[in-house]
Amino acid sequence: MSTKTHITAIINGEESEFLCEPRQSLLEVLRETLGLMGAKEGCNNGNCGSCNVILDGVLVNSCLVLAVEIQGRSVITIEGIATANGLHPLQQKFIEHAALQCGYCTPGFIVAGKALLDQNPNPNEQEVREWLAGNLCRCTGYDRIVRAVMEAARS
Amino acid sequence: MQSFDYMAPKSAEEVVTLLASQNGDSKILCGGTDLLVQLREGRRKAGLVIDIKNIPELTQITFDTKDGLHIGAAASCHDICSDPIVSKQYPGLVDGIRLIGGMQIQNRASVGGNLCNASPAADSIPALIVHEASCNITGSNGSRALPVEDFCIAPGKNALQLGELLTSITVPAPKEKFGASYLRFIPRNEMDIAVVGAGASIILDEDGKRFVSARIALGAVAPTPLLALDAGGFLSEKAVTRENIKEAARMAQAIAKPITDLRGTAEHRRHLVAVLVERALNIAVERAGGHYVH
Repeated sequence: MSTKTHITAIINGEESEFLCEPRQSLLEVLRETLGLMGAKEGCNNGNCGSCNVILDGVLVNSCLVLAVEIQGRSVITIEGIATANGLHPLQQKFIEHAALQCGYCTPGFIVAGKALLDQNPNPNEQEVREWLAGNLCRCTGYDRIVRAVMEAARS
Repeated sequence: MQSFDYMAPKSAEEVVTLLASQNGDSKILCGGTDLLVQLREGRRKAGLVIDIKNIPELTQITFDTKDGLHIGAAASCHDICSDPIVSKQYPGLVDGIRLIGGMQIQNRASVGGNLCNASPAADSIPALIVHEASCNITGSNGSRALPVEDFCIAPGKNALQLGELLTSITVPAPKEKFGASYLRFIPRNEMDIAVVGAGASIILDEDGKRFVSARIALGAVAPTPLLALDAGGFLSEKAVTRENIKEAARMAQAIAKPITDLRGTAEHRRHLVAVLVERALNIAVERAGGHYVH
């Protein structure tokens, strides 16, 4: 029924082009068309935050964004968080604090943490917990995750 | 997900023309936090999805002391709650809107969408009702306004006719000695659907010791959000006392027709109505700068 649409967007700082159907979510295109497997499909309905990306500076669930919506816009995924000089402080602190068990939710938490620190470099614990409320970890690692984000803010 | 076409028109007028040409086979997309989930699960069908969140006239938030607050139907919850005028003048509205999902959802979801989705448990709706907000609707046959309490007609169904678009929500400017609040009960700290929601707004006399008027609205205790007209009316011209507030809360309880489901029993919900309405009224009194008469 629907023909494919040609989309041009900036993904992790680089211009990227792809074809997609209107029904495809950004998450689907990231993983299946662009080969960026970092964003995870957890619930696929906006509850778990595993698919978090930053769209034009704003934290969103990529499962609830249509890929056609990102024409001309900028997306940062977990693959775009580390720099050429090494891991982002959030990634480093997640390792140091063992803020993960199975790791499935981790990309979503790190992307959410980055969106938080970009707009509030010194959050208190309450602010971190509220900000991360849209991310679920089923290995019950929240305390370590919150500590890692707080430590990353300090470093 | 089911296949559909996608269009992102540049004006509300274009949207209305598109809606008229589609004979009901189109759906409006704002944040997609309800619609995309429903399309994916097959709960709604669409041949065409019309994205309206890039239309400036539908995302604007404006305020003036005469006409009050004008919220574009596609404005995101985050944009509304972080607006300095909204957070200062309408804390009772922010109480409801900021509860809709976590940051990711706040960044995308709109209050217009929360209304159109017409969930009995929608957190923004009781707060809008107690603020006497109205829905501005436009269609190929012209425009009309509808009080928010008349907008939801059944779970998941709203009052929009075929081809009509909700363009904005108007919230009157708060009067002197006005106070409002919204509270909900959920079994965890955040990110859940209301077991019961209760909104209250009051206007007090100059001394802050007597109610001039009051409005109370309930969520998740009937097929649609409810305006508890008698309970609010009871407080009019009454002294600001704990006992009068408790009585109004008991009257609000009388119109609740809750069901038992996985979130709570009907009995628990009825109990919660009285507790939350009492607390919401007390917060409204505090925000209005009221004084309890003993």
